[in-house]
Amino acid sequence: MADLVHVSGLRVVVRNDGGEEVAIVADVGFSIPQGEVLALIGESGSGKTTIALALMGYTRSGCRISGGTIRVGDVDILSLDATQLCGIRGDKITYIAQSAAAAFNPAITIMNQVIEPALLHGLMTRAAAEEKAVALFRSLSLPDPDNIGRRYPHQVSGGQLQRLMAAMALITDPALVIFDEPTTALDVTTQIDVLRAFKKVIKERGATAVYVSHDLAVVAQMADRIVVLNHGEIRECGVTGQILDAPADAYTQTLMAAAVPRLRQSLPAALAEAPAPLLAVEGLMAGYGGTPVLDDINLAIKRGSTLGVIGESGSGKSTLARVIAGLIAPARGRVLFNGEPLAGSLTERTREQLRRIQIVFQNADTALNPSLSIARILARPLAFYRGLRGDACTRRITELLDLVRLPADIATRLPGELSGGQKQRINLARALAAEPDLILCDEVTSALDTVVGAAILDLLAELRQELKVSYMFISHDISTVRAVCDEIVVLYSGRKVESGSRQALMAPPFHPYTDLLISSVPELRCGWLEQVGAARPLPVMGAAGAAVDTPALCSFVARCPARIDGVCNAIAAPRHTLADGREILCHHPANELLEREARVRQEATG
Amino acid sequence: MRWLDNFVGRLALSGRIGLALVAFWLLLAIFGPLLAPYEVGAVVAEDVFAPLSLAFPLGSDYLGRDMLSRVLSGTRFTAGLAFAAALSASSLGTSLALFATVSGRWIDEVVSRAMDTLISIPSKIFALVMVAAFGASVPLLLFTTALIYLPGAYRIARALAVNLNTMEYVQVARVRGEGRIYIACVEILPNMIHPILADFGLRFMFVVLLLSGMSFLGLGVQPPDADLGSLVRENISGLGEGAPAVVMPALAIAMLTIGVNLLIDSLPRAGGRNAGEP
Amino acid sequence: MNNVIVLVAKRIGAAALTLLLVSAVVFAITSLLPGDAAEEALGQGATPETVAALRTELGLDQPGHLRYLHWLGGLVTGNPGQSLANHLPVSELVASRLPKSMVLAGTTAAVSVPLALLLGVLSAMFRGGKVDRVLNLFTLSMVAVPEFLVATLAVLIFAVKLHWLSALSSPPDNPTFAQFLRVYAMPVMTLSFVIVAQMARMTRAALIDQLEQTYVEMAVLKGAGPTRVVLRHALPNAIGPIANAIALSLSYLLGGAIIVETIFNYPGIASLMVDAVTSRDMPLLQTCAMIFCAVYLSLVLIADVCAIVSNPRLKGH
Repeated sequence: MADLVHVSGLRVVVRNDGGEEVAIVADVGFSIPQGEVLALIGESGSGKTTIALALMGYTRSGCRISGGTIRVGDVDILSLDATQLCGIRGDKITYIAQSAAAAFNPAITIMNQVIEPALLHGLMTRAAAEEKAVALFRSLSLPDPDNIGRRYPHQVSGGQLQRLMAAMALITDPALVIFDEPTTALDVTTQIDVLRAFKKVIKERGATAVYVSHDLAVVAQMADRIVVLNHGEIRECGVTGQILDAPADAYTQTLMAAAVPRLRQSLPAALAEAPAPLLAVEGLMAGYGGTPVLDDINLAIKRGSTLGVIGESGSGKSTLARVIAGLIAPARGRVLFNGEPLAGSLTERTREQLRRIQIVFQNADTALNPSLSIARILARPLAFYRGLRGDACTRRITELLDLVRLPADIATRLPGELSGGQKQRINLARALAAEPDLILCDEVTSALDTVVGAAILDLLAELRQELKVSYMFISHDISTVRAVCDEIVVLYSGRKVESGSRQALMAPPFHPYTDLLISSVPELRCGWLEQVGAARPLPVMGAAGAAVDTPALCSFVARCPARIDGVCNAIAAPRHTLADGREILCHHPANELLEREARVRQEATG
Repeated sequence: MRWLDNFVGRLALSGRIGLALVAFWLLLAIFGPLLAPYEVGAVVAEDVFAPLSLAFPLGSDYLGRDMLSRVLSGTRFTAGLAFAAALSASSLGTSLALFATVSGRWIDEVVSRAMDTLISIPSKIFALVMVAAFGASVPLLLFTTALIYLPGAYRIARALAVNLNTMEYVQVARVRGEGRIYIACVEILPNMIHPILADFGLRFMFVVLLLSGMSFLGLGVQPPDADLGSLVRENISGLGEGAPAVVMPALAIAMLTIGVNLLIDSLPRAGGRNAGEP
Repeated sequence: MNNVIVLVAKRIGAAALTLLLVSAVVFAITSLLPGDAAEEALGQGATPETVAALRTELGLDQPGHLRYLHWLGGLVTGNPGQSLANHLPVSELVASRLPKSMVLAGTTAAVSVPLALLLGVLSAMFRGGKVDRVLNLFTLSMVAVPEFLVATLAVLIFAVKLHWLSALSSPPDNPTFAQFLRVYAMPVMTLSFVIVAQMARMTRAALIDQLEQTYVEMAVLKGAGPTRVVLRHALPNAIGPIANAIALSLSYLLGGAIIVETIFNYPGIASLMVDAVTSRDMPLLQTCAMIFCAVYLSLVLIADVCAIVSNPRLKGH
């Protein structure tokens, strides 16, 4: 019996509005052998975080552990009183929160927070704790490990904070570490570094850990065993390989199916040959209050096609949608719709122009007015653009609901009474009510669970077949973009670094950023993380050349593993056009990029 | 009546006490004078500053008038004036806030600056200055109290409106080509109405306190009219003998304002409450 | 640090601008709008010649903006004119009363601020518990009570029934401690009641706001006890809002003092201002009003500067 953790019959209840207690976790039991990593996986509302927190004898406000036993080592957690729990938390069991940016106290230096658990539990002197913290910073590959602790949380990046939190969790040499969605808030290119660091320290210390995540591919890299949760109950429990290769439970199978985006039908050839693009953006520069967020953007959307725009946070992808929609006026350049220039501001556009371009936002919770019924939300564009009233309007609303596969009786409800997926469908129906030529989809599936999001992607593809509408599909997730888009534009820090057709973007050569992006997306198999190997060391750059903040220089130079000293930091990068029609903004010619990337892949697999 | 059951059911105990107090005083303000046992101005008691008795449930005042009748009429005065002033301040403040939010930055700046100036004059000081300049008439008191609590109402409403204005559904409406009035009235206003109502309650309480304070100083409602504050003032000479005529009207004010405060505090979270005066 | 200095400088500039605008509003209300002060001063029987003469003497024949500048100049240089009621220089009247008000306000602040912070921190620490609920009911009621009720009840109990204290508070020139207590006990108690309640509530709200943040949950999961969570983790982040709460509550003293000084016949600047209103003594009224506004703006300014300086996001290099 080498199990470190043993949970059985765990039940957590929450008090609802009516004052009744409802179970959010019911009859959950599992064991974790010493030195293993167990993953709790599930969608939102599955109870995975609640279970993880219960291991520390903690519940969020309104919740209560109402039954079961939790044993960690030889301690019965649920029999401890408040003081004894304080003694266990942060010492024997430690926790790494989802958003390190919110979990670090903004008023205290990082070092003081990292060593706080060690000092609180009287494990070592301040000097010893600081020394140990610096050693941990080093093994977590943090930059400037000797001095980073003197900074305040707002002075370091999100990915670094997440690793600093790991240092905080490991400083007491805990028996059990809980990782609660530790990379969910990070960009994918940052996530891979954090995963590498976590994997390394877990291995070095032989730590026993619980890894909570919604992302099967991430869990595949980190966990020895997986517990699949749904609505607070265990659906399946097994070793990682078995869950991934031969899921027994139907729900696990659904999760697996949704995790790998299917290719949706591509653009019909007839439409692709149409002469003028529906929308063209030329030499666009835009931003807020003088600082450009987008610079030198050129792109076109063919009639009936889907253009994917991909980039991480801060790449300017949402700004692009807002400029096209007319919410932000461009500082330079222009937007052409059907060959005619569109005015920069909303008030100067005609109602017909406004009707033809609709925007669908990421968060359906904030995109629907909570005090209007669904019928009123959908009726407004019908009346506004087409003068529909009375019966005609009601009929059309029913048709629209049918179009987005929702029952007609939903019309009388308020947005607050709908699920996330239903809200996103209403959001889409409202855009369709205008009968637009182009729908701008801004991260429409990012806030949804994978299964629900996949259904929305299917719906988008079907609507495109039925209505011949064009989309601009904005996302941070390259596999989603590759699954639904005909053409793809890659943005980095306000610049278009690469663009091309979906087929062309399936194989190298890539722009170094696109390459990093593609190679950073975890694959749904064990051992992927080991296979991609360590991060490429960045070539050393001299201070040579022009000032670093010259706006014309490549925006990726600070992170580029292929950068050339004296070139990338001195001269603006040229834009190559490849044989397959792709454009790449880089100093390296295509064949060099191809060679480089082939070499890297070979090193990784060999 | 279902919504009322629901509403009361969700209130904490303190909220129910508050609701009962508010309902009691509102009913008194509306129907109270009908129940008054004596004429408001009539000298009916033999003793001045008489103690509580069956004939004079709240005693008599410095002239021997019935305190109960005077408190009932004073309540109507206080509550009515405060209601009108708070309603003007809240509705005007909310309208200005909506206007400033959906208009350009320039208008917003000017309106906000003007409101910041007004809010920088402490309420009682403002009231004293106005009374000194224009005399203490009822219309002036109404205008002054409404003006004093306007900037606070504006600030709260503007904060709410600016927040709602960044919501994606407002952006969707804007992209649709909707005008400012539609955005203000359909997309923004309905979603801020609950906190605005709570704020209206607070403003009502502030106005009651300010008006009674002014009347207590002799600079508010002038005789022969009397609100609750004036009743305290005119009977202050009875304080030395512990006359109920001094304490009763003051208690009446406190019961009303405490009731409002208890009720508002237990309303579902609206934010920005109890942030002191304006 | 430069950031902080720029922000503080901007904030001071904004306060100065607001004070200037306030002075224009006060002047407009008291001097420009109400009509002709000379006509009013001389009454109905005055001949046009005497009215004209007085107008020239008072400078009323000049255009409004010049009169404003003249008045503002006088105010800034410490020469705000003559009192109309007793023909003494306004500066002299104010100088004799201001220190007494400051003693009253200072004593009240010294009593109420620590008490309120203690109550606020305690109820935040035990939020939802019995102590918190009782305190909540108490403070919630106290903030809604008119000062004159507290004052009259205090007089009834301590002066009328118990004969411990005098109902009038005229401080002797060099009071002994016992005299000081007897004079100040009731005014300070009356003023403190309301502002302690207000400050305690705002302190509690500011702390609870922080206690709902994710970093506090993290601190709990690190094994920090309730006291450490509140004092070490939440409090440093709540300094800005708490400073704001103190400033707002202390500014409430200004209004409260008007009632309290009148009830207890305390010779401070607030009762001077009430006298000025009754006698329509405009030069005196304007000066008193501007003093109150300046104090109010300074309090808010200090709170904002505290918030800027304590903002962790502006810390570091």
